[in-house]
Amino acid sequence: MSADTNSPRSQWEAAFNASPTRDAEYTTLSGIPLDPVYGPEDGDFPGQYPYTRGPYASMYRSRLWTMRMFAGFGTAEDTNWRFKEIIKAGGTGLSTAFDMPTLLGLDSDDPMSLGEVGRCGVAVDSLSDMEDLYAGIDLGEVTTSMTINSPAAVIFSMFIAQAEKAGVPRARLGGTLQNDILKEYQAQKEFVFPPRQSMRLVRDTIDFTASEMPRWHSVSISGYHIREAGSTAVEELAFTLANGFAYVELALAAGLDVDAFAPRLSFFFNAHIDFFEEIAKYRAARRIWARWMKERYGATDPRSMQCRFHTQTAGVSLTAQQPEVNIARTAIEALAGVLGGTQSLHTNSMDEALALPTEKAARIALRTQQVIAHETNVAHVADPLGGSYYVESLTDEVERQAEEIFAHLESLGNGSLLEGVITGIEENWFQGRISDSAYDLERRLNAGQRITVGVNGFQDGNEEDQIQLLRITNEDEQRQRKRLDSVRSDRSQEAVDAALAKLRTEAEDPEINLMPTLIEASRAYATVGEMMSTMAGVFGRHVEVPSI
Amino acid sequence: MSGERILVAKVGLDGHDRGVKVVARILRDAGYEVIYTGLFQTPETVAAAAVDEDADAIGLSMLSGAHMTLAPLVVEAVRARGADIPVILGGTVPDHDLEELREKGVAAVLTPGTTAEDIIKEVQQVLDGSQVG
Repeated sequence: MSADTNSPRSQWEAAFNASPTRDAEYTTLSGIPLDPVYGPEDGDFPGQYPYTRGPYASMYRSRLWTMRMFAGFGTAEDTNWRFKEIIKAGGTGLSTAFDMPTLLGLDSDDPMSLGEVGRCGVAVDSLSDMEDLYAGIDLGEVTTSMTINSPAAVIFSMFIAQAEKAGVPRARLGGTLQNDILKEYQAQKEFVFPPRQSMRLVRDTIDFTASEMPRWHSVSISGYHIREAGSTAVEELAFTLANGFAYVELALAAGLDVDAFAPRLSFFFNAHIDFFEEIAKYRAARRIWARWMKERYGATDPRSMQCRFHTQTAGVSLTAQQPEVNIARTAIEALAGVLGGTQSLHTNSMDEALALPTEKAARIALRTQQVIAHETNVAHVADPLGGSYYVESLTDEVERQAEEIFAHLESLGNGSLLEGVITGIEENWFQGRISDSAYDLERRLNAGQRITVGVNGFQDGNEEDQIQLLRITNEDEQRQRKRLDSVRSDRSQEAVDAALAKLRTEAEDPEINLMPTLIEASRAYATVGEMMSTMAGVFGRHVEVPSI
Repeated sequence: MSGERILVAKVGLDGHDRGVKVVARILRDAGYEVIYTGLFQTPETVAAAAVDEDADAIGLSMLSGAHMTLAPLVVEAVRARGADIPVILGGTVPDHDLEELREKGVAAVLTPGTTAEDIIKEVQQVLDGSQVG
């Protein structure tokens, strides 16, 4: 079609033609034909370094984003039922939310777990729960994401043990482990071991998946929680990418080749309510990641340079007042994620300012994605806002401000981002920045400089009857404790003791990869709490110095 | 109002500390003396700290859904120490839980979207009420 076969457009065209095309009508509603992408002959194109306009040449023309709905509550059986509902409703990937005790590596019968079992997600104590959680779901077909960090290596081991028991070899398992411990200290605050010891477990999982699990994403570097904790969009972007650079430096220091593990790193960003700033953030993320991976870390495989990410709409933007209005907020945020080129998306439910979602609310949230995907035609054209004076300028500015933060962290770590990030955590630098930004936003809201509908404006209707909310009873907690009791009495205590003794010995030697022994302990039905406290005996526990 | 001491705390396993820190700053800016005891406290450690620090009120922040179990336990732990320090709960608390929380001795509940002005007003009302009573 074009004269110059070396022009960016010609190269893009060749890549596009080599990609599969999804069956759809690629016109506007009125029948105007649509190109897969628009731009000048020598401009930037998706699928081309530095990937500002998207990681792939064909973007959603080949495949829509994965509609990955996060779910988890009560016992493993309850969540298994919800998973099956999601698949039936057309969800194309699973995403597992664990309860607070599991996130902190505690068993359901630990005194600290009181009142928290099965509340914010599903309770998993042992391989037995993992078996029930994914029962009847073909893990060789459906990809699975697990939001777990401090005990990521332990839960991942149970997942592998469970899948292999069900006949799916580990090499066939596809999915993502969140496994992003750095943002736990910065924002989400579900930490167990001190930062440096935790990073050893991250290294073990990166190393293990690089050699044994070609379809697995070892770390999902997450800005979502940083944003939810109160950061600005720029801080979300910069802290997240800096954490990514830290994991890269960690794996390089362990002797791995950059192109052997970097394609398995993926990202997870927030979609907040400032529509264009979010889109600029995603575009800047791709450009920065590509440039740093190529120029600083010497990546040569394009997949190492392509920033691929999951997006979730902003929980903090939801209001308890007039909750139905949250459907509109979520739709706008989801649209930003799609126009920003996300690879997968979770849309929050309208009732989540108050509780875990009801089935109906979760279905409406999924339907919101389906409206965007199938009714609006926005997925027909890649990076539709590329070339907009506004969006390009905002992309450049977000990038410039992020680079300032990288420079600060680099100086904090004497040239190492890994050291800079860990030092920033140890010195409460990230935590302080996030709290300051959260308070700043709150002040602007309270001063009336910003309006949130239903909260400090347009309150008519706030008093109307509330929507129906999901209730989780204490019975789930009691049921889960009984399940755990029976696991403990049915297993061979001798096998558990042996596996835990081996885990302890190996934990003392930082050269050893703990994954094989964790899998062994999982098979023996050792519990999450047992494995975590065994390791804590060697690694110690992290305590945050409280500050306002 | 100034000089009254408020102990704010995260009890249980919930690590969401945005709210507690924002509220702590709002109260501090309003002239209260604010003490934050950090994450992962138990009802016992919160009650002990409140008594030791001679707090005039306790503010609990809970976003994990465990409030029905843990908030009343804080009230009990305070009473078990013979203290009369009102407990105010803030966080993701659905309306259907409010009555039971009040019955179990929680002095006030601040739900999502409460403005800074209302937070200060509610806290002061609780403080005034507990001084009279």
